[in-house]
Amino acid sequence: MTETIRLAIELAAKDLRVELRSRTALLSAVIFAAIVLVIFNFARDPASVSPRTLAPSVLWVTFTFAAMLTFNRGFMLEKENAAIDGLLLSPMPRAALFLGKYLANLGFVFTVEAVTLPLFVLFFNVGLGGALPALLLVTVLATAGFVAVGTVFSAMAVRTRFADLMLPVLLLPFMVPPIMGAVQVTTRLLAGRPLSEQLGWIRFLGVFDLAFLTLCAMLFPAIFDE
Amino acid sequence: MIPNSATAAATIRRGQVITAVGLVGLVIVIVLAQMFTPVEARQGLAQKIFYVHAPSAWAGLMAFSMVGITGGLYLWLRDPRLDLFAEASAEVGLAFGTIVLTTGPIWGKPIWGTWWTWDARLTLTLFLFFLFVGYMALRGAINDPSERARFSAVVGILGLLLVPFVHLSVYMFRTLHPMPVLLKPSAPSMDPRMLRTLLISIGVFTVLYIGLVTTRYGLGLMQEAKGVADGD
Repeated sequence: MTETIRLAIELAAKDLRVELRSRTALLSAVIFAAIVLVIFNFARDPASVSPRTLAPSVLWVTFTFAAMLTFNRGFMLEKENAAIDGLLLSPMPRAALFLGKYLANLGFVFTVEAVTLPLFVLFFNVGLGGALPALLLVTVLATAGFVAVGTVFSAMAVRTRFADLMLPVLLLPFMVPPIMGAVQVTTRLLAGRPLSEQLGWIRFLGVFDLAFLTLCAMLFPAIFDE
Repeated sequence: MIPNSATAAATIRRGQVITAVGLVGLVIVIVLAQMFTPVEARQGLAQKIFYVHAPSAWAGLMAFSMVGITGGLYLWLRDPRLDLFAEASAEVGLAFGTIVLTTGPIWGKPIWGTWWTWDARLTLTLFLFFLFVGYMALRGAINDPSERARFSAVVGILGLLLVPFVHLSVYMFRTLHPMPVLLKPSAPSMDPRMLRTLLISIGVFTVLYIGLVTTRYGLGLMQEAKGVADGD
């Protein structure tokens, strides 16, 4: 178990190191998120809709779209030069491969979100006030679940034709429940309501994470055995 | 297992016979619903669509559940026939899903005053529909049969787990849909003649599902047999 976790962390560190040296995927995702925020600002009638009304939805649509862009990178990287065969031939358990890719993806998505959030505050003029810790908690809870599904689907998508189209079509339905909860909670938090009113959704997000992380870890080996 | 075209042809024939029985049953349901079932007091004639709508939803849900279940069985037993069945069931499920998503708004417009609303069951049906369109798209994008079977099994199983979450999340919004009239703790709150028509219709749609899936499954077998014969 500890060995699996150690290998997973090693694999995730390798992925992040590769990315830090080239910075292409991360940079594109961050720029993409910034552009989406700008587009949203102009995609509303400023006379009738205030930026604050739209803010929670904009934040989460931006998070999800930017997150989705980063998923395919993890396995695309291994596909080039058939590096995935090396990983599969190594004595590393499949669970470690899943966990490693999951952690790397989580790292990417959190980074993108960490850059997007201040930009969002800046562009949409929302005062976070004391809501920041609660907002971070919701972000982590909502992200953890769909990244697990995204990791599994990206492992499959890169082995199909139209990988870039296949991933969103498969993944978006799975993103809806966490996004729905996240937007609900974010709206209340930005309105200055306490987190304790939203425990139902928090619990929902937690159960979603647990259920999908477990099932994804169980199903992941099936993608690679042949 | 290498399917041969004789078994495949027999399966297709069996499927066609069951489908024909189902279609005759459908005619009976329509006659029953129009002439031998009372008109609902508040909704009037619009309610008649219910005898097609609800059973299609039932058949669609059954079809999609079977995709997940046979997907799980495939990952365990690795019998390619299970994958063929899952594919057949997904396609038939999409057909029933289309009926549900068309008859629903036709009923919703006069009764709710709107074609569409983000109610729990509507949203769930729509998402299942999207999910299985994605499922079919994925199948179309993979050439290797074993890979196709494994990948689609994974999507089918995850889809099965998604259902309660979509349902719960939309429920936490709010719902406008008529509350269950059949499967609820107390006795069904329905005129016995309406209930009879509904139950017959559910039976008929189940037969239609079995017939269509068998036919589609037979076609899949035939395709495999021809593929083997053609040497690809």
